[in-house]
Amino acid sequence: MGLSARTLNEEEFFYGHKACAGCGGSLAVRIALKVLGERSVAVLPAGCMSAVGFNFPQLCFGNNAIISTFAGTASMLTGVEAGLRAQGIDNFHAVGFAGDGGTADIGIQALSGAIDRNDDIIYICYDNEAYMNTGIQKSSLTPFGAKTTTTPAGSNIRGNLRPKKNMFEIVAAHGIPYAATASIGYLNDFMRKVEKASKIKGTKYIHILAPCPTGWGTATDETVEIAKEVVECGLWYLAEYENGGFTLNYRPKEFTDVAAYLKKQSRFKHLTEEDIQTVRYSRDAKWEAIYRNFKII
Amino acid sequence: MKPFLRKEIPAALSELPDATAYEAGYLVTKNAGWRNVRPVIELDKCTGCLQCYLHCPDGVIFKDKGKVAVDYDFCKGCGICKKICKYAAIRMEAEK
Repeated sequence: MGLSARTLNEEEFFYGHKACAGCGGSLAVRIALKVLGERSVAVLPAGCMSAVGFNFPQLCFGNNAIISTFAGTASMLTGVEAGLRAQGIDNFHAVGFAGDGGTADIGIQALSGAIDRNDDIIYICYDNEAYMNTGIQKSSLTPFGAKTTTTPAGSNIRGNLRPKKNMFEIVAAHGIPYAATASIGYLNDFMRKVEKASKIKGTKYIHILAPCPTGWGTATDETVEIAKEVVECGLWYLAEYENGGFTLNYRPKEFTDVAAYLKKQSRFKHLTEEDIQTVRYSRDAKWEAIYRNFKII
Repeated sequence: MKPFLRKEIPAALSELPDATAYEAGYLVTKNAGWRNVRPVIELDKCTGCLQCYLHCPDGVIFKDKGKVAVDYDFCKGCGICKKICKYAAIRMEAEK
């Protein structure tokens, strides 16, 4: 039996923080820390979760937590792990929580280095698909068509022109011991993956999609629902990578309407039927590759 | 340890930490003022399934006598709990 709401640690470690109401990223951090427990040392780079957790004099983490440089989440995790080990301390988790920008753009080389050294750390990327903390600028994990302040929607160019980078498969290509994708709409799956990662030696990477009501233009109470819908419509998938192979954990019986998912969010309001068709084509191409390369459960 | 509100906020220079932060779990302000609607649990409908507790981004819903209760000091009124509840046991009431 995997972890569930009933068996999860009742203690809260991320509490009283200043995240926007309905924040998906804070839910990911809260749940991961409940799974990993008190003996976790959290490393947070510049980004929403450090901005909302460390408002002097407040410190909203009940476990040890520290802010790293924007680029240095993984290298600080390396140092935390090595430092505690050198002091003879064991039975702890060095866990990082970085956003999509801090992971796929600014922190990618430090992460790549840590995976190369196979340091015993857990790196969790909460992906809200743009630099939300600084006011919604495009990152390399912003999906095609999304309006951000650096990819505005006009009549000629309609939002972000580039597709979302596949960070999960980039990490897997290192031959990492364990990598997984998750969504805050499927918390039981996420909890199982965090627990599994905590028992594996070496570098672990979990990429969790965490909607942002402020940046996506959705109501605060829709965060969990939209995180389910993105999986149901096929624009995100729940998978794992270990022992050199990919496994798909969940296969929607039939994809729900992509247009319905997109049109719920003000960041996609401007998209034309042609743009939505582009999104559909790229989704179908991705799923063909998944069927070819992934073990399907 | 769950972060909690401190009774006294340090005022003197000597009480300030040497580092850039206080000790872990150091809270000095509530979030109640952010809220314009509040979740109210209807205990006769609540089955104690704990899905609201699990999905709360702020962790303000806690187990209470087989059901759940809300810490209104830190609830921001996002309404995720109401949406996730299969038994319609949570209603949102306007704050006055």
